[in-house]
Amino acid sequence: MTAPAVHAAGVGKVFPSTGGEVTALTGVDLDVAAGEFVSLIGPSGCGKSTLLRLIADLDTPSAGDLAIFGKAARQARIDQDYGIAFQQAGLLPWRTVAANIALPLELHRWSRARRDARVAELAELVGLSEFVGRYPDQLSGGMQQRVAIARSLAASPQLLLMDEPFGALDEMTRERLQTELARIAAETGAAVVFVTHSIPEAVFLSRPGRPRDEALRESPEYFTRVTAVREALHGAPLQRANER
Amino acid sequence: MTATRLPSWLRVAAPVAVGLLGLGAWFAYVASGSAPRMLPDPAAILGEGVQRFPLIVEAAAITGTNALVGLVAGTVLAVALAALAATWRPVDGMTAPLVAALAVVPIVAITPILNTMFGASSQFGRAAVAAIAAFVPVFVNTLRGLRQTRPVQRDLFRATAASGAQTFRLLTLPNALPYLLTGVRVAASLAVISALVAEYFGGPSDGIGTAIATYAKSGRAALAWAFVGGGIVIGLVFFLVTSLLERAVARRLGAGRPPA
Repeated sequence: MTAPAVHAAGVGKVFPSTGGEVTALTGVDLDVAAGEFVSLIGPSGCGKSTLLRLIADLDTPSAGDLAIFGKAARQARIDQDYGIAFQQAGLLPWRTVAANIALPLELHRWSRARRDARVAELAELVGLSEFVGRYPDQLSGGMQQRVAIARSLAASPQLLLMDEPFGALDEMTRERLQTELARIAAETGAAVVFVTHSIPEAVFLSRPGRPRDEALRESPEYFTRVTAVREALHGAPLQRANER
Repeated sequence: MTATRLPSWLRVAAPVAVGLLGLGAWFAYVASGSAPRMLPDPAAILGEGVQRFPLIVEAAAITGTNALVGLVAGTVLAVALAALAATWRPVDGMTAPLVAALAVVPIVAITPILNTMFGASSQFGRAAVAAIAAFVPVFVNTLRGLRQTRPVQRDLFRATAASGAQTFRLLTLPNALPYLLTGVRVAASLAVISALVAEYFGGPSDGIGTAIATYAKSGRAALAWAFVGGGIVIGLVFFLVTSLLERAVARRLGAGRPPA
């Protein structure tokens, strides 16, 4: 029996601030099974990004237990059990696309030959093979975000953490990247924790068991589920979109 | 009406024309006989410059070396201290007032003390003055550069389990490099001026500054001016080299890169 990708029990986070303490999260229970795609959805400021940052060990919880593949979050970070992508691509402008994708591999001292082979694979996966020699400022926002996704996949993690990665993109690019992400997640078998404030995005991505393609976007079932999630969200700050 | 770019021949010709006009006015002024005795005409200065060329080169080498040693030492010290200040808040708190104090000290004022302290045969006092002058702009700019790292980049490196040394080498330093080099460019001119002016206040009897002072006092105006020309050349070389370095790095780091 493998440990769940993410196991959170009673997780809370309180930020100290000058005007007293700010409570960002209380009593979060969450289980993400290996290979599962889970969206965290809710309005701005509801704590979904905070939860993702706790899972990534970018912040530490003030209460509760958090385990990533059965390990402490800190250990999981050090072992590189997850890959992460943010709303901003966060590319290093002085590095080419290839060198940006290779960054995590370089940090973990992969040999040059292995790195190059892996980068070629990843560039192919995100459809950027022709652009590996370019610099980030020569790419569109959507392409930069693809580089960031390729980078998050570099070390083949079994967990992907994504903090509104498509939040700053236009609707068309966004839909295309959603489809690609769904395909990539299925191909790699990685679990995904996906933060978004877009209900349609969450519904499209977190659809267990079925292929997610463009046809889905126009099916009546899709609209029903969007409505269901919208209704469920009223009064509930943080919900798993694929919970029945 | 749109602003049109000057044609390229005019962009070269215009400053040359202004320079020639200035030279002409200078010649006319000296020829009229109303110029002070210490202002010879350009031809006389050039003549002395050609005649004493090896002497001027020798003096320029000494002053230039002092400026270079000072610039390098000041830069190394400034970068090291800026790195410490950027890493540890307390160091920042300790160095900030010190640097502010250093910035307002008229460095030339302590030159006679340094020259006497290190003896009349040592170039050390002069190089030290250049180093102190170079330190401040490099420190201030580098410290600002080291703080340019964006939160998303820091998060990324932390999430990727990068070590402190890796984060510094692959993220913080490249972000700071353009700022550092701007500091070095500003410091280069200061180092040359300081090294040269330091020679007016004692120390060994060599270098461009010493020569200018000596020949000016003994009334050999053209020769003094020829040495001034040598000082200008040192300043130009320092400025050009550091500017090119700054530009090369800016290009390599992605700012203003031409489309591939």
